[in-house]
Amino acid sequence: MSAKTHKAAIDVRNTSKIYGKSRDDGVIALDHVSLLIRDNEFFTLLGPSGCGKTTLLRLIAGFEQPTQGEILLFDHHLEGLPPYKRPVNTVFQHYALFPHMTVTDNIAFGLEMLGKPEAEIKTTVKEVLALVQMEHLANRKTSEISGGQQQRVALARALAPRPKVLLLDEPLSALDFKLRKEMQLELKRLQLDTGITFVFVTHDQEEALTMSDRVAVMNAGKILQVGSPKDIYDHPARRFVADFIGDINILGAEILSSDQGVARIRLASGFQTNASLPEQSEALSGSVSIGVRPEQLEFIDDKASAALDCTIRRITYFGSGSHYELETSAGESITLRQQNRLGNNRSFDVGDQVNIALNEGSLQVLSD
Amino acid sequence: MTNATNQENPKNQLSASVVAAEKQASRTRAFLLAPGVLTILLIGILPLSIVLTYSFMVPGDYGGVKAEFSIDAYVQLVFEEDIFDETMSFTSSYLQIFGRSLALAIFATVASLLVGFPTAYFIATRTPETRAAWLFMITIPFWTNLLIRTYAMLLILRDEGAINLGLMKLGLIEKAIPMLYTNFAVGLGLIYAFLPFMILPIYASLEKLDLRLVEAGFDLYANRFKVLKRIIIPIAKPGIAAGCILVFIPSLGAFITPELLGGGKSLMIGNLIYILFGSSRNWPFGSAIALILMALVLVSLLIYVRRSGEKGASTHG
Repeated sequence: MSAKTHKAAIDVRNTSKIYGKSRDDGVIALDHVSLLIRDNEFFTLLGPSGCGKTTLLRLIAGFEQPTQGEILLFDHHLEGLPPYKRPVNTVFQHYALFPHMTVTDNIAFGLEMLGKPEAEIKTTVKEVLALVQMEHLANRKTSEISGGQQQRVALARALAPRPKVLLLDEPLSALDFKLRKEMQLELKRLQLDTGITFVFVTHDQEEALTMSDRVAVMNAGKILQVGSPKDIYDHPARRFVADFIGDINILGAEILSSDQGVARIRLASGFQTNASLPEQSEALSGSVSIGVRPEQLEFIDDKASAALDCTIRRITYFGSGSHYELETSAGESITLRQQNRLGNNRSFDVGDQVNIALNEGSLQVLSD
Repeated sequence: MTNATNQENPKNQLSASVVAAEKQASRTRAFLLAPGVLTILLIGILPLSIVLTYSFMVPGDYGGVKAEFSIDAYVQLVFEEDIFDETMSFTSSYLQIFGRSLALAIFATVASLLVGFPTAYFIATRTPETRAAWLFMITIPFWTNLLIRTYAMLLILRDEGAINLGLMKLGLIEKAIPMLYTNFAVGLGLIYAFLPFMILPIYASLEKLDLRLVEAGFDLYANRFKVLKRIIIPIAKPGIAAGCILVFIPSLGAFITPELLGGGKSLMIGNLIYILFGSSRNWPFGSAIALILMALVLVSLLIYVRRSGEKGASTHG
């Protein structure tokens, strides 16, 4: 990606976390994870629940100690440092605002604990309140404000001490759809305005794609792939990543030859084309899975240049576009997504025979 | 009140039946409210009125009262009549008993809080399965009569008791330390008797404490002590207040504990009332003392509420 060398904000080295007494019957939450998070980036840990993303966040915050490995924050070892001595702050999933304090008191708390002078606390609180547009509710109790407002206060409270890294543990999961959309943009803006490194944990792939500079996809305590949202979406390295992010069609294929990250493949239909190989492909050969996004499929008239012959099984209309569920001549089910543009589209019916072309650059060989 | 206007409005043809229905409803309501109201009247207000009336009467010759109005009972609290020339002079002996009762009750409350809070916190932070067992152990002493528990304290505290014998066996002391029949013994007895009343409400409020708030405190640079002071204690405050009230009030009026552990020396208000109604046969004075005790509790509570209210307000400043 960018040729610039970045400072590492967080350096996770070969870290494992096992809950429970012994190594043998404990639960492995994090399995030999190594990760480099750069300064000033919006980094997202994405994965299904129980994948270890929150555990990793808690290890960075200091609420848990790693069973093995080490974590560095701007080249300083964090080992043995309690949470209150780490220059990172957390936005908790359910905000964890202090119920006995006002909005202002909540935000001032961290600064007070750091022993900042009163005048400085006052101005900083004002600044962050303005940053999250909550000045008008400064003297409310936290129980008297709405969920979205509590979210903003939680953000302001965590930002007020100017942490070197802000950790966000699924902060948007409790908000309704519209508010969540709004806060996604807001978070991105805050990250750009403050220049603080954000480490964002979520299970929502769309959230991860919209906000992040880079995303790490996790499953079962391991990091499967790290990359920009575009990298991850366009070139998922593994089947889990491809499945988890967006919709994807998986087709069986055979590798005929491979050269410099591109493989010549033959689909079950006999059609031959090129597909990208994952970066660290462990000498993939023979039968493989190919991933292709539904929007990279296209209806064409010319049967000769079509990759697949299909029968339409179901059509789902969703306003701006339609989903076509298709069955290939080899018996595989795939979906095609098409934008609905008036007058431009041919109309199809269930049972129609259609010719499908695959956008050549969009095929990706997936490892398991 | 709007019914009344409806009733007077002749144009409202429905008014008659509406009024009848409402009358029926209000009769039902009165019937349903009756048990509660009767209980309050019979158990709360009536006895209190009797005590109040008695306190303004003259003592009967063999106990009881004579129906004559007098404020002697209240005068007696601070003045004593000279036997020979009937002049009144100031006396502090009753006030001393009030003072001692107040001091002992405050001591018992503060000490119970100091012991009870860590205990409650300990129980509240156990796993849900073991919590029940710990709570069970706290409540076991309740199954034993207070009198018996107090006698047990007596056996432990006396000169030949477990503490003194133990210390002497260890060679730490040569002669028994007299502990029984002192204010110390009474204070200790009060703590022993009322400690569960402190632990249980504090436990109830700590149990609800969201441990994520503690984590949030740590995250925002508060060390253990600061988290305790700024987050845990303020959130447990309703429990602490309830515990303090539940220990303070029965301590102030305690009877068995000072009677057995204080001997004749450490009289508390409860013992004084007992003597006045019993051997002294001065029911009006006993009634007056009882009312003053109630007033004392009320004033203490008001002071407490006002003070904690101010504290709460000042944190917003």
